[in-house]
Amino acid sequence: MGLFIAQLLTGLANAAGLFLVASGLSLIFGVTRIVNFAHGSFYMLGAFIGYSLMQVLPGFFGFWASVLLAGVAVGLIGVIVEICVLRPVYKAPELFQLVATFGVILVIQDLALMTWGAVDVLGPRVPGLKGIVRVLGEPVPQYDLALIALTPFVLFALWYLISKTRIGILVRAATQDREMVGALGVNQAWLFTGVFFLGAALAGIGGAIQLPKGGADLLMDFNILAAIFVVVVIGGMGSLPGAYIAAVLISVLNVFGVTYIPQSTLVLMFVVMAVVLMVKPYGLLGREEVAGEHGQVGEPERPFKPAGTQGRLLVGGLLAILAFVPLFGSSFLSVLVSDVLIFCLFAASLHFILGLGGLVSFGHAAYFGGGAYVAALLVSTVGAPMEVAFLLAPVGACLGAVIIGWLCIRLTGVYFAMLTMAFAQLLWSLVFQWDEFTGGDDGLVDIWPAPWLSGTTAYYYLTLVVGVGGIIFLRHMAHTPFGYALRASRDSKRQAEATGIHTKRIQWAAFAFAGAMAGLAGSLFVFSKGSIFPTELEIARSFDALIVIFLGGVKTLSGAVVGGASLEFVKDFLTRFEYWRLTLGLLIIVVVILAPDGIVGSLRKFGERLGVLRGVEN
Amino acid sequence: MQLRKTSIGIAMVAMMGLFSGVAQAAETIKVGEINHYKRMAAFANPYKDGINLGLDEINAAGGVLGKPLEFIFRDDQGKPGEAIKIAEELMTRDGAVMLTGTILSHVGLAISSYAGEKEHLYLASEPLADALVWEKGNEYTFRLRTSTYMQASMLAEAAAKTSAKTYATIAPNYAYGKDAVAAFKKALLKLRPDVKFVTEQWPALFKIDAGAEVQAIERAKPDAIYNVTFGGDLAKFVREGTTRGLFEGRKVYGLLTGEPEYIDPLKDEAPVGWVVTGYPWYDFKSGPNKVFVDAYMAKYNASPGIGSLVGYMTAKSVAAGITAAGSTDTEALVKAFKGLTLQTPVGEITFRKQDHQSTMGAFVGTTALRDGGGVMVNWEYKEGADYLPSDEEVKMMRPAAK
Repeated sequence: MGLFIAQLLTGLANAAGLFLVASGLSLIFGVTRIVNFAHGSFYMLGAFIGYSLMQVLPGFFGFWASVLLAGVAVGLIGVIVEICVLRPVYKAPELFQLVATFGVILVIQDLALMTWGAVDVLGPRVPGLKGIVRVLGEPVPQYDLALIALTPFVLFALWYLISKTRIGILVRAATQDREMVGALGVNQAWLFTGVFFLGAALAGIGGAIQLPKGGADLLMDFNILAAIFVVVVIGGMGSLPGAYIAAVLISVLNVFGVTYIPQSTLVLMFVVMAVVLMVKPYGLLGREEVAGEHGQVGEPERPFKPAGTQGRLLVGGLLAILAFVPLFGSSFLSVLVSDVLIFCLFAASLHFILGLGGLVSFGHAAYFGGGAYVAALLVSTVGAPMEVAFLLAPVGACLGAVIIGWLCIRLTGVYFAMLTMAFAQLLWSLVFQWDEFTGGDDGLVDIWPAPWLSGTTAYYYLTLVVGVGGIIFLRHMAHTPFGYALRASRDSKRQAEATGIHTKRIQWAAFAFAGAMAGLAGSLFVFSKGSIFPTELEIARSFDALIVIFLGGVKTLSGAVVGGASLEFVKDFLTRFEYWRLTLGLLIIVVVILAPDGIVGSLRKFGERLGVLRGVEN
Repeated sequence: MQLRKTSIGIAMVAMMGLFSGVAQAAETIKVGEINHYKRMAAFANPYKDGINLGLDEINAAGGVLGKPLEFIFRDDQGKPGEAIKIAEELMTRDGAVMLTGTILSHVGLAISSYAGEKEHLYLASEPLADALVWEKGNEYTFRLRTSTYMQASMLAEAAAKTSAKTYATIAPNYAYGKDAVAAFKKALLKLRPDVKFVTEQWPALFKIDAGAEVQAIERAKPDAIYNVTFGGDLAKFVREGTTRGLFEGRKVYGLLTGEPEYIDPLKDEAPVGWVVTGYPWYDFKSGPNKVFVDAYMAKYNASPGIGSLVGYMTAKSVAAGITAAGSTDTEALVKAFKGLTLQTPVGEITFRKQDHQSTMGAFVGTTALRDGGGVMVNWEYKEGADYLPSDEEVKMMRPAAK
């Protein structure tokens, strides 16, 4: 019994920090609709700044002052980010801002490395709270009890702020309908900035307050990201009490998971999330997403049209150049171009459901990595010939997408995104932990192509044909009745259904098709690298594709390919330098601000203004 | 439309010009070094410094084969796919004669597989995975650092001497942690069949829930604990364990815990009385170990980590291998590396013919506090050769290699 209580207390103490960080994310999302990937970075900054302050402010009060000051400092950093990076892009398509926050992550990573160095720091203990208290004979750290006692006050303070003050009323109103709030004369810009300050400050306090239980290191930004997204989604996006309940649920379950199923702790969190979302699609205390925006943000989307003769000629010319790469370029250039082509196919497959279907998947790596694993497992376990494995990979990925799609498609918007992420993470943790079958973290190696394809040049041509073929096929699908039906389902579900389109079925089919194409890219990938590891299933991989789509232009057909190629080439170039993450991050931010329609979209507008391109006929 | 396509075209042509640059005349002998310089900066930077110190000495003495030796350092972001792309570039465009590097085991395994397929020489300097030289070992891959198996066996030997009967293990839930626990169990049960493992804890790497782990171990009431956690996980585990009195009256064995990279961040909270493997650079009084530490501190004005030593030995091994081969031809290099013997700060090491593992050993000692920081005392250097499996076992474990 004593142990049970002690474990429960440990879980509650862990929930405190998690809740602080997650509530900040929830607030920011609720009001600004920004999925803030950089929230983990704010958390990391809070830990480092808190640590530095604690070195100069001694004693019990020094500690708590440091925690608060770290919160304020991070809040101010959040304000700078909001004003400099996000404000210019609020008018961009929905979710575009996440690309900007991704740039912020990169910048903060390098700045933190420059400021605090590479070595992990151990957080100081709190003077006066170093000892333990015996609860029914079991030791419980005093600091844990302090955290448990503190959280209800924080929750109450936030609740009071949100429910009882004028600011809170505005925030809630903005959460429900921000355009109406703007129409009623509230300065939205400062409301958003204020919320960003509060959200970032909460993350900073969360980072500083966990110092006595650990420390600060440069990997903590990504390490907490998945957990806080899970908490926010289980609780319901934008709901503070929900975030608290979810934080407690996850933390307590985890503590007992450690005791009873120590091997499977990675999976647990995502299983819980998947179950909750399937039973309560909007989280425990979340409300149904109001399709809130009155129509779309920004200008209306332009109709797609097939490329004209000149466009085709240019693509043909480009392909001819690519076909000659092995003859004139170095063997490395072939490898680089193959990598880029594979990535572009992967990104284009996501773009198909995201751009045409409006289905934002945060877990598309599941099909890319999944396809690669299908091929690798066929080769390594049953000794299938490479050609067979190569062709079965997209089939496997498609099957996976059919199953996951069936479970996810009932949801929309950001909840759909989160559920796809949960399933991708489930697959990742399964591959990661089932090492007898998948090789776990050590992956599957020695998966090389058949002899007739094994040369760099031969494999390059395979990649060129399959990769470009896949991309063209995806593009072609946009102009088929299926593509039109998909766009109809995105733009107006009701009207589409009135014309006899089974929208969910169309979306489900599109999801499966995109999965298959991602699997094809994965298949190309595994045989070009000769090995596959769980890293290809990670969240970061899904984000890679997501980011290049927005960077290239989500409302264009070629956005994914242009964005993918640009980012990959730039990355290949920049990683040769010391502070490449800072440079890349700043570059992304600059591109995002200068080209809010993505590279393709903005270039097209620029071309129209110059008169080189014809504009839309009204 | 036009503009867009044209601009891509121009970009592609520009890129091709950029990347297909003419190979430079080979004035130096180049080695391609791939590592996670950003993702694992705390470990990779001392390693890089170690290599540069080694290069200074090698080139001051006239280089290799009459030419200066040069390392090209490249960051792979910790991604295996990226590492392979860079490996290809280093070997085919930059004119590197061989590859070195990586800390993360899975990246090491990816490069090793690539090296085997494309027939390039790869000296895996820091990755610890046993599979690298055994299950997945190949003709073209050699490994320098003392492997998981060897270090775990050293700790098991120390553990077997005590009266502890029940053990708890805690290890990060990924390949390295699993290897480390399996090797320790195997070695300990061989020496002490009466020992029981009462609980195994598997926190997710860098996501440890330390309070819960400590409670779970406490619940099993073991006589001794075997710890494989490191980095931030170790700090949290030590703090929670100390606060909750987990380590009182228990023997603790810590793999890598004594390495400066891991014990230094703990400062005055470093655990006391743990038996660990590590690198006691502060205690060398004389000999080649001392010479290396002095030279390193003189050049960088910083204390060396285990990575510094491995980096230095990497440069020295490469130089010795190329000199012995008498050429930079891959087949000649592979032949030279098999059984290659050289002098290093820790003594003579040999790259074994049978599995390409070097016989570099490790320092085993007990942790203590000195001047507000953790150190190792009563340490001893254990020869790596004594902790490797027999030739017959190796043959069984190495199916992939010729």
